[in-house]
Amino acid sequence: MAKEPKKNSFSQGPDELGHFGPFGGRYVSETLMPLLLEVEKAYQAAKLDSEFNFELDNLLKHYAGRPSPLYFAPRMTKHLGGAKIYFKRDELNHTGAHKINHAIGQILLAIRMGKKRIIAETGAGQHGVATATVAARFGLPCRIFMGERDIKRQSPNVFRMKLLGAEVVSVETGSRTLKDAMNAALRDWVAHVEDTFYIIGTVAGPHPYPQMVKDFQSVIGREAKDQILEMEGRLPDSLVACIGGGSNAIGLFAPFLDESNIDLFAVEAAGKGLESGKHAASIARGKPGVLHGNKTYLLQDEDGQIQEAHSISAGLDYPGIGPEHAWLHSTGRVHYVSATDSEALEAFQLCSRLEGIIPALEPAHALAHVIKMAPDLPSDHILIMNLCGRGDKDIFTVADVLGENL
Amino acid sequence: MTGETSRLQMTFDRLHEEGRAGFIPFLTAGDPDLECSERIIRSLPAAGADIIELGMPFSDPMADGPVIQKSSVRAIEAGMTIGKILDLVERFRIDNKTTPIVLMGYFNPIMAFGVQAFLDRAITVGVDGLIIVDLPPEEDADLCFLAVKAGLNFIRLVTPTTGHDRLSRILENAGGFLYYVAIAGVTGTTSADPGRLKSRIDQIKNQTKLPVAVGFGVSTREQAAQIATFSDAVVVGSALVRLIEENIGAEHIEKSVLDFASELADAVAGARTDEGFSNTGRK
Repeated sequence: MAKEPKKNSFSQGPDELGHFGPFGGRYVSETLMPLLLEVEKAYQAAKLDSEFNFELDNLLKHYAGRPSPLYFAPRMTKHLGGAKIYFKRDELNHTGAHKINHAIGQILLAIRMGKKRIIAETGAGQHGVATATVAARFGLPCRIFMGERDIKRQSPNVFRMKLLGAEVVSVETGSRTLKDAMNAALRDWVAHVEDTFYIIGTVAGPHPYPQMVKDFQSVIGREAKDQILEMEGRLPDSLVACIGGGSNAIGLFAPFLDESNIDLFAVEAAGKGLESGKHAASIARGKPGVLHGNKTYLLQDEDGQIQEAHSISAGLDYPGIGPEHAWLHSTGRVHYVSATDSEALEAFQLCSRLEGIIPALEPAHALAHVIKMAPDLPSDHILIMNLCGRGDKDIFTVADVLGENL
Repeated sequence: MTGETSRLQMTFDRLHEEGRAGFIPFLTAGDPDLECSERIIRSLPAAGADIIELGMPFSDPMADGPVIQKSSVRAIEAGMTIGKILDLVERFRIDNKTTPIVLMGYFNPIMAFGVQAFLDRAITVGVDGLIIVDLPPEEDADLCFLAVKAGLNFIRLVTPTTGHDRLSRILENAGGFLYYVAIAGVTGTTSADPGRLKSRIDQIKNQTKLPVAVGFGVSTREQAAQIATFSDAVVVGSALVRLIEENIGAEHIEKSVLDFASELADAVAGARTDEGFSNTGRK
């Protein structure tokens, strides 16, 4: 009876065609289909292979530095005067964000499949850096596609990727951000199906990527669960994470999805405000559509043309969201909320001053929501926020907005 | 079209009688602007087009190379929409009842328009087939089943990566003709290798009775003629679209595109005769 889907479970994953309810799937050109079927088969086999899992765990521990700490933030908690606030410190991973978790997993799969060349897209550059890092570690040539506009606002990460030996391709079509980088990567993949593995940077794209990236990121939630049980003797009351494509959010939420008394909050980038038209809030302001190989909520006009997203954070600047999130939204399991550029900037500065941690602008959005909700919660309410990236890469952007000359 | 022989079927029957391959020009509808695009499209049959393939512009055309990407941007900026493309086909059909029109594009604009509304209107105005790049057989529930039910041909792509078993899966709901993507890559980037192509087309023809058209990577008269000796039709897209790009604003833009279309049509039509294959296509 192993095939029987578990009833009333949010943890069963997609069906065999990669659908999460009406979302997900494999909306790709026929050229890619045989390869996707091959990736899926290889991944399902790898998942059950103890040698693969041993190597994955080994690298996560000794190379990425896992487990990442679960940290009680005393001054933030006191300042907000409500819930007890914990940070899951995924910014302390090697390369400074959670992206290394799925980059290690995917490159191990690429090697297992005999692929000789790695490609990836990147927005903020964190996924690009993580991919360039593992490509260097395993000696594979690596090409990273990055929007021209993101290259300008994330220059430290561009240089990092180059130092790591990757070729960074500037994508100058469309909005010149993450969505266009993903188009360019898919086009490269179609032209090099035989030898190339595409390391996708979030829980989006065609099946099996959303599931695969989620599985690799779930280590965040599994650790957090053990850690909070050890520290507090019980599970948390709420979890908060920022959401662009949604990899860090699903990574934290995954092991808690069936704990129905835990409230889950995913924070979209509201940019200059939801009513301004300049935001990246696919759930709040998008509608279902098909892009980049999956069906999900997308920012689009009435003719079905994809619209540009806007966020101060390059990592959230994407007009879509992972298909499992679309499904979790439609079922009501996860609350999708939003924070503006200026709210994120305030949270960015507050965290730096109160906790001595400079967060990335992405988790600063999650913190902005924590700042809104924590004061109204009782002092025995346990809240875990995923601090999924560090802010060194963002200091130029923030300095610019604050009028500081670096 | 249900119940009668479809326009596509009649066209391929006629080509078979004539012992030649068909010529299928591809243009993005609305490129460079709505009026100019419509004038060119309506003149294509006279220039020798046997079937017309119209691109429905999408902001994120992931299977297309730079030439068609840019044409999509021009068409969207010119105000082209799914509704306007269907209106264009309706006007085209006023004085042309014989040249099949197939629409090629991506699923999202159709989904935004409304799948059933799109199919109903497409049938009414006289669209003959759909090529939707990002709908493989795995996602047939979205559009293919409904299109077939409505009597619209769902034209499938077969690629260099398609193996024997995969082809069987692709053929399940395929209609009209098969579109063989000659290169593993995006449109208009590299050239197809005719030798390897021929053996692939022969293999495919062993598995199906559907006509096979070849596209992606065909840009010159010579290539088109060569491919026309062993395929049922030849699609040329980027090379024609590039002419639009190069002649934007020029008075002779329509003539440039139509003249090249004529040359390609002649090359395709004469290919088997020139090669001494004049009788091989006949029964």
